[in-house]
Amino acid sequence: MAGEPQEKPPIKIAVRNLCFFYGKKQVLFDNTLDIHANRITALIGPSGCGKSTHIRSYNRIFEIYKGHRAEGKILMDGVNVLDPAAIPSMELRRRVGMIFQKPTPFPMTVFNNVAYGLRLEQRYSRSELHDRVEKALRAAALWDEVKDGLHRPGSDLSGGQQQRLCIARAIAVEPEVLLMDEPCSALDPLAAARIEELMSELKKRFTIVIVTHNLQQASRVSDYTAFFYLGKLVEFGPTTKLFTAPENPQTEAYITGRFG
Amino acid sequence: MPQDEHNGRAGVEGVNAAPSAPGVGRSAGDAIFRFLTTGAGVGLLLLIAAMAAVLWQQSALSRAKFGWGFLAHAVWNPVTENFGALGAMYGTAATTAIALLVAVPISLGIGLFLAELAPQWLRVPAGTAIELLAAVPSIVYGMWGLFVLAPIMGDVVQPWIQERFGDFFLFSGPPIGIGILSAGLVLALMILPFISSVIRDVFLMTPSALKESAYGMGATTWEVARDIMIPYGRKGIIGAITLGLGRALGETMAVTFVIGNAHELNFSLFALGNSIASTLANEFTEADGDVYLSALIELGLVLFLMTFVILSVAQIWLRRMGKREGR
Repeated sequence: MAGEPQEKPPIKIAVRNLCFFYGKKQVLFDNTLDIHANRITALIGPSGCGKSTHIRSYNRIFEIYKGHRAEGKILMDGVNVLDPAAIPSMELRRRVGMIFQKPTPFPMTVFNNVAYGLRLEQRYSRSELHDRVEKALRAAALWDEVKDGLHRPGSDLSGGQQQRLCIARAIAVEPEVLLMDEPCSALDPLAAARIEELMSELKKRFTIVIVTHNLQQASRVSDYTAFFYLGKLVEFGPTTKLFTAPENPQTEAYITGRFG
Repeated sequence: MPQDEHNGRAGVEGVNAAPSAPGVGRSAGDAIFRFLTTGAGVGLLLLIAAMAAVLWQQSALSRAKFGWGFLAHAVWNPVTENFGALGAMYGTAATTAIALLVAVPISLGIGLFLAELAPQWLRVPAGTAIELLAAVPSIVYGMWGLFVLAPIMGDVVQPWIQERFGDFFLFSGPPIGIGILSAGLVLALMILPFISSVIRDVFLMTPSALKESAYGMGATTWEVARDIMIPYGRKGIIGAITLGLGRALGETMAVTFVIGNAHELNFSLFALGNSIASTLANEFTEADGDVYLSALIELGLVLFLMTFVILSVAQIWLRRMGKREGR
């Protein structure tokens, strides 16, 4: 699955000269890269290199904090998502789902967790809602484990199940892009392996961008890899190429474990 | 959800250990510490028991004369020495209910504003102002109620309501400003700072990842507050409300100023009334007969039990809810 793509799939997101500021401090510098549709793109790099900040620009989640500001362009199907006038945040976030480092089940039942985004849209009947929740839970490989406990609190599930619940919640609204910010770092290896398995299944339907600390994970699951260092995009390319024949000496040093 | 990353206990151990006799002095200190804390805890229970016992014993005369009927009738006649607690019980319950109905939604709004919406420069001063309100003596609230709120109620608010809903039993009677409704509103203002500052702290404890994921689903600020922050902090919010409830039940001076001090049972919100605490404040010094005094003490016993029962029910409810949520 990590093999070099034979033909280049269409570009879903084109990032152009993305700069990011926390107040006066600039943390991203002129990031330019293309995210291909129905592929998994991994962002790797040492802690604090800006990879999380980078994907947090894709759904403008940073705008809930004062003083966080992005410049440049992020074109999703040609629309600049950094421009609130071009696409309101509610619509953007319905189209670009996000999974976080720690599982974040909402304080409600399993069913209501998954139905949450659907209910916000206010246009589904009871039975449609139920169908979509089941479909999302099946797609997140969680249905068999929770089908008898749909009305138990989401926080009762194990950590790995909670993370798959969050994935189900994100995909229930059928977004186009899934952002995953270190989705496995709080999970045990077995639970992490299940999420990885799930990702290669999900990429048939969604464009996935994953931030990870785990180089093995990046090389296992992703089609493209971007290496970030100190807020700059150092190297970006097909995963096999980046891991076997990196062009930049910094990339090589990082993936061979000599720093970071 | 416990976060034990910052369990910074390391380093505290060993600081007090004398180098010559390691551990000896420390374990003795522990024994003294345990004795003192146990003593404080047990002492508190003994104090409560003693209060209940004294109230019970001193009210013997009244309990013998009126029996359970004391709780069931509203006559309060010192001349014929015929006493019933119902009017004062109703006054206490009604003013407390009004206070909570008014104060809880406003407190949720204030808490949400301070925790989530207010610009950074406003948060600290506004939060401090709210906490200062809690430090204002209750008699000041009472004076404000009598000299500011009551005239506004009597001249503007009550006539306005009566013009429209005057036929409804809750709004009947002369609009004189003071009474059950005004007392409830003053109480609401008094408990507001307590409830809202605790609710603000509860809201601030919502993990930012949780809020982000709700915003990440396309929720608005209002939806995040309604669906995530309030349910997540439900236990803390109920705790805050219980705090306000306890205070409203026993508040004396502010209520005495504005409730009207009339011994009657009238369900109109505009009617004059009496709460248990205001009755005690007004009449304790002038109770001349033995039965009169005993009846007042029994009134105190009733308030004691009412508070005890209401707070216990709140606790049990809280525990049930905790079990249901599995935490």
